This record gives sequence, structure tokens and C-alpha cells, in this order.
Amino acid sequence: MSKQKNVMVFIESRAGKIAEVSLELLGAATDLAEQLGVQVEAVAVGHNLTDELAVLGHHGCQRVYYTDDARLAHFTSIPYAKTVINTIKAHNPGIVLFGATTMGRDVAPRVASALKCGLTADCTDLQIGEHKIKDKIYKNILLQIRPAFGGNIIATIVSPESMPSMATVREGVMKMAAPNPGLTVEVVNQACQLSDDDFLTEVLEVISEEKAVNLKAAQIIVSAGMGASDPEAIELARELAHALCGELGCSRPVVDSGILDKDHQVGQTGITVRPNLYIACGISGQIQHRAGMSEAKRIIAINKDPHAPIFAIAHYGIVGDVKDVLNKMIKAYRKA
Amino acid sequence: MGLRMIVTVKQVPDTHNVTGEAMKEDGTVNRAALPTIFNPEDLNALEEALKIKERAGGHVTCISMGPPNAVEVLKECLYRGADDAILVSDRRFAGADTLATSYALKCAIEQTGDYDLILCGRQAIDGDTAQVGPQIAEKLEINQLTCISSVTEINDESITAKRSVEDGYEIVKSGFPVLLTITASANEPRSANAKKVMTYKNIGKEICNSSYGESYLATENCSILSHIKEWNVESIKADPVQCGLSGSPTKVKKIQSVVLSGCESRQIANSESEINALMNELVSENIIG
Ligand SMILES: Cc1cc2nc3c(=O)[nH]c(=O)nc-3n(C[C@H](O)[C@H](O)[C@H](O)COP(=O)(O)OP(=O)(O)OC[C@H]3O[C@@H](n4cnc5c(N)ncnc54)[C@H](O)[C@@H]3O)c2cc1C
Ligand SMILES: Nc1ncnc2c1ncn2[C@@H]1O[C@H](COP(=O)(O)O)[C@@H](O)[C@H]1O
Repeated sequence: MSKQKNVMVFIESRAGKIAEVSLELLGAATDLAEQLGVQVEAVAVGHNLTDELAVLGHHGCQRVYYTDDARLAHFTSIPYAKTVINTIKAHNPGIVLFGATTMGRDVAPRVASALKCGLTADCTDLQIGEHKIKDKIYKNILLQIRPAFGGNIIATIVSPESMPSMATVREGVMKMAAPNPGLTVEVVNQACQLSDDDFLTEVLEVISEEKAVNLKAAQIIVSAGMGASDPEAIELARELAHALCGELGCSRPVVDSGILDKDHQVGQTGITVRPNLYIACGISGQIQHRAGMSEAKRIIAINKDPHAPIFAIAHYGIVGDVKDVLNKMIKAYRKA
Repeated sequence: MGLRMIVTVKQVPDTHNVTGEAMKEDGTVNRAALPTIFNPEDLNALEEALKIKERAGGHVTCISMGPPNAVEVLKECLYRGADDAILVSDRRFAGADTLATSYALKCAIEQTGDYDLILCGRQAIDGDTAQVGPQIAEKLEINQLTCISSVTEINDESITAKRSVEDGYEIVKSGFPVLLTITASANEPRSANAKKVMTYKNIGKEICNSSYGESYLATENCSILSHIKEWNVESIKADPVQCGLSGSPTKVKKIQSVVLSGCESRQIANSESEINALMNELVSENIIG
């Protein structure tokens, strides 16, 4: 095997299906690997997944290290983390990417802790660049880019002195590339090195619940911020969303205040959406929120503050009280 | 039964109220410029520990790593019913990323002796990383159950809990010791107990001496502070190189202000006629159906 430091993606599967976020990450990994002149690899853990793994090839993955064991059929922390750690130690990737899912956010920190390497959560962009520490220049390292709190600030984070560089990315942040069925992936089976003592969690039940909202697939989203968070305003936003056959979204503080469920949250740590129309109601437009919606084709912003940052990215700006404007919009649409 | 429980709590800047002045030139947060609060999900972790203690007995120790001022969240823990509290504070911890933070907390937890259950918040609102809990578990070589939205059963041997995942939930069971990360839906945190606040506040105001070097606590109200231990790098037997900035592999390369490049924006007046016209336009452009 080559000595080059490849780009590796942690492949997540739920109920035997490869998660979308893993395929999205393969697209990002392909871009990074091209710039570095290295290969795209993956680490997969599970049971009876071999057939499913072919799709990784279509998304640019050249080689997948796969550990199969009946005890790995369902996710548990230590067995998955140890297997990923063993794979990284054996194949020395330079970069490892994880989906910022409940599984990725469970495994990645354990891996980073064991390997004493850096891990940046919820990146919104990944690039290759260099970094200087004192007189030493580190070339071709991973730039982990994410909004930082404190206004409209983007931070670039690097971890050049430890290997590998690791990052998590939310689902939907990286656009999935069109699959190329002509490409194949080499499946390298790895022996499971776990003992029964590693299986400390018993999974008693797995219950799937359909999500109340599917923001990622919605073409129209009416989103409520703190300026539209009283019951009456939320109802109006919901009413407009339904009238337009769209979905109701919101900003993070609306979730934090317990007003709407986390499935509605748009943003860096929520859902990244690219709808045809995004109507931001009483949302100031902080960078973490914009990170999840700025690629909407059309944005309407309703805010009583004419200087709210959301207006800078909106195609249509309406200065006014949110309930008043929503009422007018509902009425106007019923007429139109 | 009587479980030995540890709750890790963090004082965080109130991210609802951050402004541009909140960042220092080196890219770290200027905490002095921000109001601070008890990290919300750490209150849920504390509540879960207190509930377990009420049901089955036990002992709850709260630990926070942070500047001297972080003692405030530990006081809050005692007011709510924690048995004791430890402030892990030392200039050498400054600038810690999640790896260095989890190392220091792991060392502190080892100094507390035996434990059965460690409860963390799922994530701290200043970074939303959700990394410190699992990193502590890995360093202590113990099991973890993350994203716990309720504890369904607990006895001498094991804990059973509901774990929220993307497409539903799972019921998971683990023996001890185990680390849990608790989400906001797990419970409704109680408020401070007025009686406890009074008890702690009313007993004398003598000066207590902390046994470790520079004391941040010496001038404070003694009755409550005698319940809060203050530990530094030496007291937790940590390797200073693995603490703070030197123990942090992630570095901030640069901080960039985002200049909002105005897209082609049209101002719509808040009047029926203009809003009608806008909706008609969106319909005719097939943006809305
Ligand atoms: C690590 C981290 C991750 C984060 N992730 C996310 C994320 O994923 N998604 C997210 O949204 N945020 C996120 N945030 C929070 C983000 O920084 C902002 O705090 C949040 O987006 C602000 O929400 P808001 O605009 O609804 O509220 P506010 O900032 O309080 O704004 C309310 C707006 O409503 C307007 N308003 C008030 N009353 C009315 C009225 N009657 N009519 C019309 N307008 C009115 C006000 O003028 C104001 O502009 C994150 C923060 C951190 C630190
Ligand atoms: N400095 C700290 N002191 C105590 N606990 C912490 C600290 N940092 C993080 N934690 C714990 O780890 C959890 C996750 O934090 P984070 O990884 O920063 O999102 C928090 O909810 C706390 O329970």
C-alpha cells in the first residue's frame, strides 16, 4: 500500500443503508484528495453491508476498509470507535471526515481522544492550505472552516502537529455529487479485533419514528425567529407555510426556548436547506443561521429592524411587524 | 444502593447576547466581555443526577473547569442539591480545546476516587461541539451513552436509557461505570432551593484558606465555599504539557469578519398593494404554486 496520506471518510449506515451524509462527504473528500494528489478511502463498520458498499465507488471512493461482524450490526460506541481507531492506525490517513450525526458525534471524539489529534465540529467548508507555526511551514493541510460566535465571524481551524486532521460536517452542508455508476470501489475486508469485553452496551430496542418535518426536501420554507416566536406569530408562519405547501423552519433560540422541535432548526448546527423560497420571519440573520439557508434561490426577509443583517442577503426585504406582514401575505396569496 | 455520581458543568457565555467585541485577536473568546450562564444541558445533567439520588440514594459531585468566576455555576449546583463541588482552575488550563479540557476533567475525576456514573450535558452552547463527554469516557476507558433523552430504569447493576437518534430512538442498557450525555428533553431542571441558598449564605463570613497556591476563593462567603474544592494542575496530577494551549492540537489559523455582499435586493413596502404584487410575481415566476 502507498505511503501517501489519503483522505478517509467514516461511512455511516442505518438499518443496512448507507447514510446520505457519508456520500456527501465522499464528494468533499474527492475535491480535497484531488488537490493533494492522494486517494479517497473509507472506513465502514457493520454487518452484511458488502453489497451496499458498491455505491461508495460511484461517489468517488477508491478503497473501503470494511470490518464485518454480527455484533457490529447495530451501532454501539466502543466497538465502532475501536474499529475506526484500528483502521486509522493501520492505514495512516492524513484527513478523516465524519458526518455530524448522533453516530459521528459519538465516535469521532473518542477517536480524536485516543489518537490525540484535533477534531473540529460542524465545519461549513473544508479547504487545503498551509499554516506557519514559528518558523515551520506546514503545507497541504486541512483548513477546517466554521462560523465562530461573536458576530459575523468565520474561523479557520488547523491541527497540523497531530495526525490525522479530523472534522465533522452536518448532513446537507456538502452537496452530493452526481453518482458515476462506472466507478468501482475496492473492498478491503478487515478482521474484527474486538473482544466480548468491548461490547458494554446492550441495545434493547430500536424504534423508528417518522420525522414531523422534512426540511431538507422542502421547496418552500417559512422560518420563524425570536421575532416571530409568540404563539400567534408561529401559527401565522405555519399557516403561510401550509398555504404555500411548504414547511415551517426556525432559528436556534426558538428551539432552545422549547417552542419548536429541533427538526425545524435551520443553520450551522441545524439543517442546511436549499429551497426555492425561504421566508425569514423575525430572524436577525446571524452567521450561524445564514450558514444553513444562504443558498436558497429566493429569500424574503421580514423584520422590524431595517438594519437587521438578514436584509443584506435577502432578495426581497419587508420592514415591518411580522404578524402584520404575514397576515397580508396570507391574504394576498389566497387572492393570487 | 447509593451511586457515586459526577456531573461536569460548564460556565458558558450567553450566546444569545454576543457581540463583535467578544473575540480576542488570537481568535479565542474574550469571556470578560460576555455575560455568563450555566450551560443549559448541564442543568439537565445535574437534574438527572439529583433525581437518581432522590430515588435511590447516592452522592453527587459537580466539577467545572474554568476561570475563578466559574465558581458561580458550582454554587448553583449546591443550591440545587449537589453534595460537593470542585473547581478545576489554573492559568495553565487556559486556551484548552476539547482534547485538553477532557484531559484535565479526566484527571480531576480520577482524583475524586471511585465513581459509577458520570453525567455531562450533551453539548455546551458556546461551541456546540458535544466532544468533551465522549473524550472523557475514552480517556477513562469507560463506556458511554450519548444523547440520552430519558433514563428509564436504574438499579445496582445497570442503567437503561432512551437515546435519541436521527430517525427515532433506541433503548440502551449499560453496566457501571458509564458516562452519559444528557439532552434538554430529559427533564425540567429544578430551580435553586431557597432554603439551601439561605443556609449557605447565613453561616458566618470568615475567610477560608484554600490549600492550593493562589486562591481565588479566599475572600468569598465561607459557608458555601467550604463545600467547593479548588484544584490546580498539581492537585489533579496532570501533565502540564497536555493541559491548556500546549495540550490542544487545534489552533485558530485566522478569524475573518464576513462582509455581507449585498445581493440584488428589493425593498417591499409593508402595504397590501406591494405585498399583493410580490405574491403575484412569485406565482407568475413559478416560485410558488
Ligand atoms: C455554536 C453555535 C451554533 C449556532 N447554530 C445556530 C443554528 O444552527 N441556527 C440558528 O438559527 N442559530 C444558531 N446559532 C445562534 C445564532 O448565533 C443566533 O443567536 C440566532 O440565529 C438568532 O436567532 P434569531 O434571529 O431568531 O433571534 P434574534 O437574534 O433575537 O433576532 C430576532 C429578530 O427579530 C426581529 N423582531 C423582533 N420582533 C419583531 C416583530 N414583531 N416583527 C418583526 N421582526 C421582529 C428583531 O429585529 C431581530 O432582528 C448558533 C450559535 C452558536 C454559538
Ligand atoms: N470546562 C468544562 N468544565 C466542566 N465540564 C465541561 C467543560 N467543558 C465541557 N464540559 C462538559 O462537556 C459537555 C460537552 O461540552 P462541549 O464538548 O464543549 O460541547 C458539557 O455539556 C459539559 O458537561
